[in-house]
Amino acid sequence: MQKSPFWSLIFWAGVWEFVGQMQWMTLLPPLSGIWFAFAELFQQSAFWDAFIMTARTFGIGLSLSIVVGIPIGILMGISSRADKILSVWVNLFLSAPITAVIPALMPILGIADATVIATVILFSIWVVIIDTQAGVTHVKDSLVEMGKIFGCSRSKIIFWIVIPSAMPEIITGIRLSVVRAVKGVIVGQIVIALIGFGGLFSTYLSYFLMERFWALIIVVFIMSFTIIGLVEMLERRIAFYAKSR
Amino acid sequence: MENQIKYSQTNEDSKLNITKVGPKTSLLFFRIISFFLVFLIWELAGRSDISIAFPPFSKVFLAFIEMILSGEFVEAYADSLPPLLIGLLITVVGGVIIGVSVGLVRSAEWFIMPLLIIFQTAPVSALIPMLTYIYGISDTSKIVAIVILGMPLVALNSYKGIQSTNPSLLEMSASFLASRTNTIIFVILPSAQKMIFAGLRLGISGAFIGIVLAELLITPTGIGDLITYNRFIARYDKMFATIVSILAIAGLTLSLMRVFEDWLFPKEKN
Amino acid sequence: MKKRSRSTEVILSTDSINVVYQESLIALQNVSLDIPAAKLTAILGPSGCGKTTLLKVIAGLIKPTSGSVKVRGKEIEGPGPDRALVFQDFALLPWATVLQNVGFGLRARGVPKKERDETSLHYIKEVGLLGFEDKYPHQLSGGMRQRTGLARALTINSDILLMDEPFSAVDEQMRRKLQEDLLNLLKVENKTVIFVTHSIEEAVYLADQVIILSGRPGSVAEIVYPKIDRTGEIDLIRRQPGYIDLVDEIWSSLKKYVE
Ligand SMILES: Nc1ncnc2c1ncn2[C@@H]1O[C@H](COP(=O)(O)OP(=O)(O)O)[C@@H](O)[C@H]1O
Ligand SMILES: [Mg+2]
Repeated sequence: MQKSPFWSLIFWAGVWEFVGQMQWMTLLPPLSGIWFAFAELFQQSAFWDAFIMTARTFGIGLSLSIVVGIPIGILMGISSRADKILSVWVNLFLSAPITAVIPALMPILGIADATVIATVILFSIWVVIIDTQAGVTHVKDSLVEMGKIFGCSRSKIIFWIVIPSAMPEIITGIRLSVVRAVKGVIVGQIVIALIGFGGLFSTYLSYFLMERFWALIIVVFIMSFTIIGLVEMLERRIAFYAKSR
Repeated sequence: MENQIKYSQTNEDSKLNITKVGPKTSLLFFRIISFFLVFLIWELAGRSDISIAFPPFSKVFLAFIEMILSGEFVEAYADSLPPLLIGLLITVVGGVIIGVSVGLVRSAEWFIMPLLIIFQTAPVSALIPMLTYIYGISDTSKIVAIVILGMPLVALNSYKGIQSTNPSLLEMSASFLASRTNTIIFVILPSAQKMIFAGLRLGISGAFIGIVLAELLITPTGIGDLITYNRFIARYDKMFATIVSILAIAGLTLSLMRVFEDWLFPKEKN
Repeated sequence: MKKRSRSTEVILSTDSINVVYQESLIALQNVSLDIPAAKLTAILGPSGCGKTTLLKVIAGLIKPTSGSVKVRGKEIEGPGPDRALVFQDFALLPWATVLQNVGFGLRARGVPKKERDETSLHYIKEVGLLGFEDKYPHQLSGGMRQRTGLARALTINSDILLMDEPFSAVDEQMRRKLQEDLLNLLKVENKTVIFVTHSIEEAVYLADQVIILSGRPGSVAEIVYPKIDRTGEIDLIRRQPGYIDLVDEIWSSLKKYVE
C-alpha cells in the first residue's frame, strides 16, 4: 500500500525533534522550539526589510532574465550563425559555478541591490535562452513552409508562427529560470553576507540564535516552494496545446 | 524538463530561408569568431572606465599566465581539487544509488522522496557557514558542502529516470517472464540512462557551486581564498583569472562527462 | 522520354530540374514536365524517390540545383499567390481555431477581418466544415483537419493547388470520402491540381495525368493518361473497365523500383 508522503514528513519532523531534544548538536534545536522563533521573526523589522529587498531584487533580476533571454533564444533559434557564436557561452554558463563570479561583482556593482540582481540574472538567464532556442528550432518545418506559401514576410513568420509554436518550451524555460532565480537571490545574499536574508542568516549564526536561524530557513523554503508551485500551475494552464502539436 | 531539451546541432542555414543546397561553413570557424568577439568586447569594456575592478581581457590573460608560472594556481588547486574529487565521487555514486533505489523500492520512495524534494528547494547554501561549527576548517566541511548541494540533484534525476520507463516495455518484459533483476538491468536502467546522466551533469555543476561556496564562506583555502584574497588586495586581474580558471575547469569536467556518456552509450546513428 | 502533345493549355512546366542535397544525395535528376491547366496531375513513385522534393520545388520552397519552374511561361522566384499547397501533416496552427486557420492566408495578405471571415466561412462551408469554425485542431478528426487545410488553400484563390499526400494521414474510409469530395469540389472550382501520392489506386482514380517517378534519384519514368470518364457518377469510376487494368499496368512498371 502506498503511504502518503505526509506521514513521511511527520516521521522526519519526529527525527528532527528527537535529535534536537537529545541536544547532541547545539546547532540543531528541537523543532518544537522553532515555533516561537517564527513569531519573533515576523515581529522584526529587519526580517521585513530583508523580505522586501529579496522580493525586489528577485523580481527585477528575473524579469530582466526573461525579457532579455527570450529574444536571445529566438535569435539563436532562427539564425544558425547566432547559434554557433553564442551557444558555447550559453552552455558554459548554464552549468558553471556562477557563485565564483559573485565576488567579482561586488567591487564593480557595490554591496547592494545591483550585485544581487546581477547574480539572479547570471543564475537564471541561460536556461531561458536554451529553452526558448529549443522551442524555436523544434517548430515544425511544415508550419514555417505554410507561412512561406502564403507569402508571409520573415517577421510575420516569426511572430505568427515561430514564437507561438515555441511557447510551451518558453514557459518551461521561465519555470526553470524561476527555480534558479530563487537559488540565485539567496546564494547572492549569502555570499555578500551583509544584506537581505543572507545578512540575517550570518547574524543569527554568529550570535547562535539557532531557533531563528532555522525558522528563517523554513520560511525561505516555504516561500521558494510556493513560488515554484505557482509557476508550475501556470505552466500547466498556459501550455494547453503543447501536447496537440 | 531541462534535461529533456535537445540541443540543436543544425548545420544548415536557418529554415526561415529558402532551402539552399550547398557546402556548410565550418563550425570551428564560428567558434574562433565567437571567442574572438567575446574577448574583444571584454577588452574594450575593460579599457573603458566602467570600473577599476573590471580589468580588460589582456590583463587577465597575463595574470592567468603569471599565476600558472608562479605556482599560485598549483598551490590553490592542490587545496581545492582533492576535496572536490572526493565530494564529486560521493555525489555521483551516492546520488545514483539513492535515486535508483528510491525509484525501485516503494518503501525507500516513501522514506526518502520528501527529503530529496525539500533538499532541492530549501536554501541549503545557508547551511554551509554552519558546517565550520561542526567540522571546523577542514576538507570534510568542503566535502559535505559539495554533497549537500550536488547529491539531491543526482538522486532526483535518477529517480525520475527510473520512473519514466516506458510501461509497454515493462509489460513486454513481464510477458517474456523476465526476472526482476533482468528487467532492471536490460529494461529499466538503460531507459533511465539519459535522465541519470542529465542528473549527473546537474550534480557536477552543483558540486562546483558547493566547493566554491565552502571556500568563499568558511574555509579560506584553495581557489575560493585565491578569489577573496586578490579582491582584498585589489589585484582584480588575478581575481578574474582565478574565476576564469574555475569556470573553465567546471566546463571541462562537464564536457568530459559528455564524452564519457557518448563513449559508454554510443549514439545510434539513424 | 517522349512528351505526348495534348490539346489543353500548359499552365506550369518544369525544365530539367536537378536537386542535389548535402553529401551529394541526388534527389531529382533531369525532371521536365508539362502540367495541363484545369486538370488533375498525380505524381506517383516509391517512397523516398523525391516526390515531396519535386512538389516543394514547384511550390518555390526549394531552389533546385539547376533547372527552372515556369508558371504560364514566367519563371518562378519562390512561393507565389498562383500556387497554394496542402500539407501532408495538415500544418495547422494548434493555437488557432478552424476559422483563424482557414483565414491565415488572407490575413497574411492584409485582408481586413470582416472580409477575411466571410471568405473563410464560404470555403469552410464548401469543404463541409460548417459548425466547426470555432473548434481547435486538436478537437478535430484527421479528415476534418485536412478539410481545414484544403479550405485554407482555397481561400487565396490560386489557380494551382499543390497537394503532398494529402490523405495519407487519415484512415482508409475517410480517405475515400475525401477523394470523392475532392472530385466534387473540382467540379465547382476550376483548379489545376498537382497531387503527390504513393497509392496507385488513388492516382488512377483521381488523375487525368499520372507522372511516374523512378526510384532514387527521381526522374520521370513514364507518363500515363487514365482514360477515365469522370463526368458521370463518382461511384462509377472504380467500375470502369480501364481502371483495374491501368492500376495493374502501373504496378508492373513501378515494381522494379520498389526494393
Ligand atoms: N532536406 C533534406 N536534406 C537532405 N536530404 C533530403 C532532404 N529532404 C529529402 N531528402 C532526401 O531526398 C530523398 C527524396 O526525399 P522526398 O522528396 O521526401 O521523397 P518522397 O516524398 O518521394 O518520399 C530522400 O532520400 C530523402 O532522404
Ligand atoms: Mg514525401
